[in-house]
Amino acid sequence: MNKLFTNLMGWVDARFPATETFEYHMSKYYAPKNFNFWYFFGVLSMVVLVNQLVTGIWLTMSYNPSGEGAFDSVEYIMRDVEYGWLLRYLHSTGASAFFVVVYLHMFRGLLYGSYKKPRELIWLFGMGIYLCLMAEGFFGYLLPWGNMSYWGAQVILNLAGAIPFVGGDLVQWVRGDFLISGATLNRFFALHVVAIPLVLVALVFLHLVALHHVGSNNPDGIEIKKNKGPDGVPLDGIPFHPYYTVHDLVGIVVFLAVFCAVVFFFPDGGGYFLERPNFEPANPLKTPEHIAPVWYYTPFYAMLRAVPSMFGSAFPGVIVMGAAIAILFVLPWLDRSPVKSIRYKGWMSKVWLGILVVSFVVLGYLGVQPSNGHTLGIGNTLLAQILTVLYFAYFLLMPFYTSIEKCKPVPDRVTGGSH
Amino acid sequence: MSTDGVNAGRRRLLIGATAAVGAVGVGYVAVPFVKSWNPSAKAKAAGAPVTADISQLEPGQKMTVEWRGKPVWVVRRTPEMLAGLKRIEPSLLDPASENEAQQPAYARNEFRSIKSEYLVLTGICTHLGCSPLFEPEKAKLESTWEGGFFCPCHGSKFDLAGRVYKGVPAPKNLEVPFHSYTSDKVLVIGVDKEHA
Amino acid sequence: MKKFILFALLALSPLAVQASEHGGAELLHAPVNAQDKVSLQNGAKLYVSYCLGCHSAKYMRYERIASDLRIEPKLVQEYLMFTGDKLGEQMNTHTDPKDQAKWFGAAPPDLTLEARLRSPDWVYSYLLGFYEDDKRPFGVNNHVFKDVAMPHVLADLEKEQTPEEFKQSVGDLVNFMAYMAEPIKAERERLGVFVLIFLGILMIPVWFLNKEYWKDVK
Repeated sequence: MNKLFTNLMGWVDARFPATETFEYHMSKYYAPKNFNFWYFFGVLSMVVLVNQLVTGIWLTMSYNPSGEGAFDSVEYIMRDVEYGWLLRYLHSTGASAFFVVVYLHMFRGLLYGSYKKPRELIWLFGMGIYLCLMAEGFFGYLLPWGNMSYWGAQVILNLAGAIPFVGGDLVQWVRGDFLISGATLNRFFALHVVAIPLVLVALVFLHLVALHHVGSNNPDGIEIKKNKGPDGVPLDGIPFHPYYTVHDLVGIVVFLAVFCAVVFFFPDGGGYFLERPNFEPANPLKTPEHIAPVWYYTPFYAMLRAVPSMFGSAFPGVIVMGAAIAILFVLPWLDRSPVKSIRYKGWMSKVWLGILVVSFVVLGYLGVQPSNGHTLGIGNTLLAQILTVLYFAYFLLMPFYTSIEKCKPVPDRVTGGSH
Repeated sequence: MSTDGVNAGRRRLLIGATAAVGAVGVGYVAVPFVKSWNPSAKAKAAGAPVTADISQLEPGQKMTVEWRGKPVWVVRRTPEMLAGLKRIEPSLLDPASENEAQQPAYARNEFRSIKSEYLVLTGICTHLGCSPLFEPEKAKLESTWEGGFFCPCHGSKFDLAGRVYKGVPAPKNLEVPFHSYTSDKVLVIGVDKEHA
Repeated sequence: MKKFILFALLALSPLAVQASEHGGAELLHAPVNAQDKVSLQNGAKLYVSYCLGCHSAKYMRYERIASDLRIEPKLVQEYLMFTGDKLGEQMNTHTDPKDQAKWFGAAPPDLTLEARLRSPDWVYSYLLGFYEDDKRPFGVNNHVFKDVAMPHVLADLEKEQTPEEFKQSVGDLVNFMAYMAEPIKAERERLGVFVLIFLGILMIPVWFLNKEYWKDVK
């Protein structure tokens, strides 16, 4: 049996770099031995991606992307197609899970300086993935053609309408009609099912290739390639396969348990994963009481709303919202710290990172609240404005506080790592 | 890092156990994806049994009813037609309906039907799927013709019990769909004791 | 670790906020119980008798009611189906929505998903929330849905029954509507238990496999 396998691989390897590739990316890819909890989210992102692709393909087999048939086809899937309900819940829960996992994955980057030289390109590809993911979620959310689908799309498209001079024409061009209609739905379907998934898969591939080219970072921010043994293997490195394949299996099983608990016991997610207004069909004449985007966009939505209209235009809000995402792209160049990991940075970096997290989360909360409400005695709009400023301050002040703060000495060899 | 003193046996066991439980898991996960391809409740509703009122059917006439997208013929045979069934047997490939897949047990008889007077057939040629033409007139197609069905696509011939002739492209008798009678005048196609 | 806990708490805190979208009135708690087949069967009968004339439940098939609620198909045909004779059909009304819009001001919406759109508590409170109001076309108004166009369809039932019996009936009807909004709910929770148990079992070799290999790493 073994001989058969060896001969077969020999035949393949003479024609295709199979074993070579496996060794380069897995069995001879030396990853730092001190990966911690935060390092699960990359592989979990891939697990969720596969889930979305497979359940998505299966849903496409029964879904009808027309204005007349879309809503009915979702109920058809939920009731008439065998196990259709499971495919649907896996996909809807997966969409939210994707953002949970990706946000935590990005946070790891912030914690350990995984975006710093020579990993800037990995970060940029990752930001590209994040943008595609947000677009994918936006296009996908219209597809059930529920009332929140319709009005959520309406609000976001109207943002584009705020762009001076070209806004109106641009929105009509995107809609393909004078209002959001079947024309819009059909093209969003094509983008959601074919175009963006292709781009996403390509970006994930590039993201991983860039990563493997320079090697992984680690919680201490130490470059393990600086300390190699006589055989050329980093002293603090261990082959990804089998050590991290079995390690990631544990993380995957835990993740699946949490994921399945949601899918089987609360797929509605308290009204955040499947929003209540979406249980009735799109109705251009009936606006839901609170239009809010899905939870994973709400921090940016809160920032958008916090910016007052200027010169009769909502465009400044759009600019601020765009800038909040765009600024993440230049993060590698804002961080002037001599050290990578938060473990060895000064107290200022730690405080600012804490401020960023709190701002982002509370902004997310504010995004689902009505803007004229109050939280802890402060008006929501004022609070959102303060938090937006703090969010930007994390980035804009970073060149300064990372330059002047006193850092701790970074060890030569990684700390922790055997368990 | 050291791989000395590795308990290879234990590792193989654990890998095996993980693979085994994992394989079971993969099997379970595959189930919804495979089963979702089965006919949906909507398809089953559309493919539900069809009732045919045969009270207006004259002797020698054929009516057609649609069931699951297929034409189902009901022919009210005259005593003449029934008599012809015996005479034509030498020309037939499978006169005793030995191919069990082509009719339910209750149609495996000399008339290929529950009631001798009424013939129920799926009107699809067993060659390549065209719908044959009803030719009940004696001696019409050839001198020995006792009435039956003629498929215009490739020339297959069937008698008035749907049995296929020898020497034609079609290899099997026309299918008798499962059916039952709820009364003398009402025929239900798609329902019998076994299939509800 | 501490960072994680803090983060998780912050991230989960928004879930504590439940959006409440009704006229501000306190909602009664609907006695939803998917296991109570008798209640569901009664609810089905009530829906067909009082609601189906105007409100379709077009995503619900009669055949599904028969199998989920454990009613003999023949009984479903006899007691729940008034038009049409095929069990696989959906619960459609046969009134033209355009006519309904003329008569009531607004076409009565399909109710299959109403319990998920509004919540069972809302529907329960709504059905129990009618009161007399001369200024309205049908002489009634509603505490939960101000100036609703719907008449108090259950008024006759309310007169025939005691207050407790009526609450029970409405409870059964809402129970049925909660079922109708998601017929698979009971089954999905049942399967969920097996899935989680399976993952627990899978964790055993996976955990030890990991531990075993990481002995190599010092």
